[in-house]
Amino acid sequence: MFTGFDFDVIQRSLPYLWQGMQFTLGLTLLAMASGIVLGTLLALMRLSGIKAMSVPAAGYVNLLRSTPAILVIFWFYFLVPIAIKHISGDSYAQGIGPFHSALIAFTMFEAAYYCEIIRAGIQSVPAGQVNAAYALGLNYWQATLQIVLPQAFRNMVPILLTQSIILFQDTSLVYVVGLTDFMGAASKVAQRDGRLVEMYLFAALVYFILCFIGSYFVKRLQQRITPPR
Amino acid sequence: MFRMHKLITAVIAASLFTAPVMAAELTGTLKKIKDTGVMKVGHRDASVPFSYLDDQQKAIGYSVDICMKIVDRVKAELKMPKLKVEFVPVTSQTRIPILMGGNIDVECGSTTNSVERQKQVDFAPTYFVTGTKIIVKKSSGIKGYDDLKGKTVVFTQGTTNERAMKAYNDEKKLGINFLPSKDHAESFLAVQTDRAVAFPMDDILLYGLKAGAKNPDDFVVVGEFLSDDPYAIMLRRDDPQFKKVVDDAVKAVYKSGEINKIYTKWFQSKIPPKGINLNFPMSDGLKEAIKNPNNTGVGPCGKMKC
Amino acid sequence: MDFSFLSEPAFSGGGTYFDWVLTGIKWTMLVSLCAWVIAFTVGSVLGILRTTNVIWLRGPATAYVELFRNIPLLVHMFIWYFVMPEMVPKALGTWMKTGMPMPEFWSAVFALGFYTASRVAEQVRSGIQSIPRGQTNAALATGLTMPQVYRHVLLPMGYRIVVPPLTSEFLTIFKNSSVALTIGVLELTAQARTISEYTFRTFEIFTLATVVYVVITLAVVVLMQYVETRIRVPGYIGTGR
Repeated sequence: MFTGFDFDVIQRSLPYLWQGMQFTLGLTLLAMASGIVLGTLLALMRLSGIKAMSVPAAGYVNLLRSTPAILVIFWFYFLVPIAIKHISGDSYAQGIGPFHSALIAFTMFEAAYYCEIIRAGIQSVPAGQVNAAYALGLNYWQATLQIVLPQAFRNMVPILLTQSIILFQDTSLVYVVGLTDFMGAASKVAQRDGRLVEMYLFAALVYFILCFIGSYFVKRLQQRITPPR
Repeated sequence: MFRMHKLITAVIAASLFTAPVMAAELTGTLKKIKDTGVMKVGHRDASVPFSYLDDQQKAIGYSVDICMKIVDRVKAELKMPKLKVEFVPVTSQTRIPILMGGNIDVECGSTTNSVERQKQVDFAPTYFVTGTKIIVKKSSGIKGYDDLKGKTVVFTQGTTNERAMKAYNDEKKLGINFLPSKDHAESFLAVQTDRAVAFPMDDILLYGLKAGAKNPDDFVVVGEFLSDDPYAIMLRRDDPQFKKVVDDAVKAVYKSGEINKIYTKWFQSKIPPKGINLNFPMSDGLKEAIKNPNNTGVGPCGKMKC
Repeated sequence: MDFSFLSEPAFSGGGTYFDWVLTGIKWTMLVSLCAWVIAFTVGSVLGILRTTNVIWLRGPATAYVELFRNIPLLVHMFIWYFVMPEMVPKALGTWMKTGMPMPEFWSAVFALGFYTASRVAEQVRSGIQSIPRGQTNAALATGLTMPQVYRHVLLPMGYRIVVPPLTSEFLTIFKNSSVALTIGVLELTAQARTISEYTFRTFEIFTLATVVYVVITLAVVVLMQYVETRIRVPGYIGTGR
């Protein structure tokens, strides 16, 4: 039944695939932004001397890092709406929508990974910098935001971007809850038209090109910003 | 005294001529729709001709048409002619959690009203009656369920057909090897590509899938009904106001005879995307369900005991 | 939380829902371990090839790594399961779909194994490259050939250095084995999802599945920490990074 390659099916479904790609890109960028913010907070908590902060943060990070992405997606996709209802007490509360469910799932999941990268980045900043900042009379937040994080992020940008390319690949897993991201769109067309070979190879090609360009860019960036040692 | 009289007349008139919903304060889903200005409709990808994607990837079908009647009713009740309608794709596995989570307000797919599901969700009156059969390749020579002994059978996860088939397998000790799949298109594809010999599903969906195949004549739907599956639109439980609007909308479509037009459009005329005609006349069961709207559910194991 | 449903007889196939969980764990472990064998072998070869000076050995290995790690695992799964049988000669394709036992299991193993091989290759390469150049020179000066240098100096050193990153690659395979559910392998996550559908005990069963993943991860980490202390290269601070 798969005689001959049918490029036509790809061309016909391009608008639909583009819609899916917009979903994928939107989800990746938003989850990356919010994941880095949450990851930074978690990293600061893990590094703080206060047990009540560092222990829960470490627990969260280790829990999420030992759970498969798909299971995390299921957790958030099926249970967050129900949890919101319980918390708000309104059993007809506005659902949070499939896109936002996925966004929350990936934010919470990736934050654990970003946290570990950022923690290493912060630890790479010499302690003298912090001491100097305190000596100048800066408080914790001033020292963190103005002295530590800018230097830490400078070192971390390539690794954070590499992690974000992984995130971009991972978003394809929303397929398991039937959402129409790029992969979802490709597989819906593939199954409807019985054109598995064309659609899945095309999807592979698109992911490859985007991720390859992305990692090439990261490599270039890494060479540029690595301070001479 | 005169004024009092006028007031009472007004109240009576109001209660007679406006919908009862508007008299009381809005609650539940109706309130949510009013507040957000959006009604969310769940649809399927490949439940031909009930709820599926056309060439432009828009949700269409018999269920979708009936749901649009519900949308019209909601618009009228809430006096919101510009109410936005958002379509959300669901699968057999995700439909109930998504509905309960509030991400859709009605599910317009091909869902069997079962007693099990009634513990979690509510159903509108039955709008189609079907039952489980299997689709196989003609060349496989399979004539009935007992020919499946030791073979691979693909099923769509989260369907009543899965349960009916498994219950049959257990009872007759057929030793079937089951292959799970996410949605009907994927399941049927497993039969097309010889990964599985059979796919148990509601017979009408099987005819829809067969008609959409490249070589429809290669496939055949066989077997006695393993289960009865009355289809109904799903909505959240314990939401009497919304339930009444939905029920009224469906009953109105039945009463006005509009249902016949919708039925003919999807089951006895050419349908997108390939212009196939299913030629599936209305069954007696459905005629009865239209004459006496009801939402009676069926048991969990098809015609087997469990 | 009420876990009593686990001892109830399952809907189908005899046994209880707890048996379903156990089957899930069994498949998760089988997929992970089989895939790890491929990932470790292929990844090691590729990683070593990437450190050689011979361009026609290094080039293909680099191409493999770039190709495989820039495509999502889910796509790998679909290509192995759906696309492969259609690309090979028809008779073989038919056998892959119908004759071969457990096609979904083997597709998952190959997809996961060859995908992770690209990541293992990178770890092995960086492990070998972290060994000071002087050791190679010294070995060559004593009269060893290049293959002997690899056999007696670079690999024994390199593998001891990369134990921690390889441990985390194994844990990644273990977690990624859940992607196999998309092609029909009933591993732990898939079983949890199915049980939640039959019992409506979503919260409890997801909790149980999560706990199982965490416990197995912890067990691997503890075991590998022990291994690490036993084989640590004296004079190094710790990890190979």
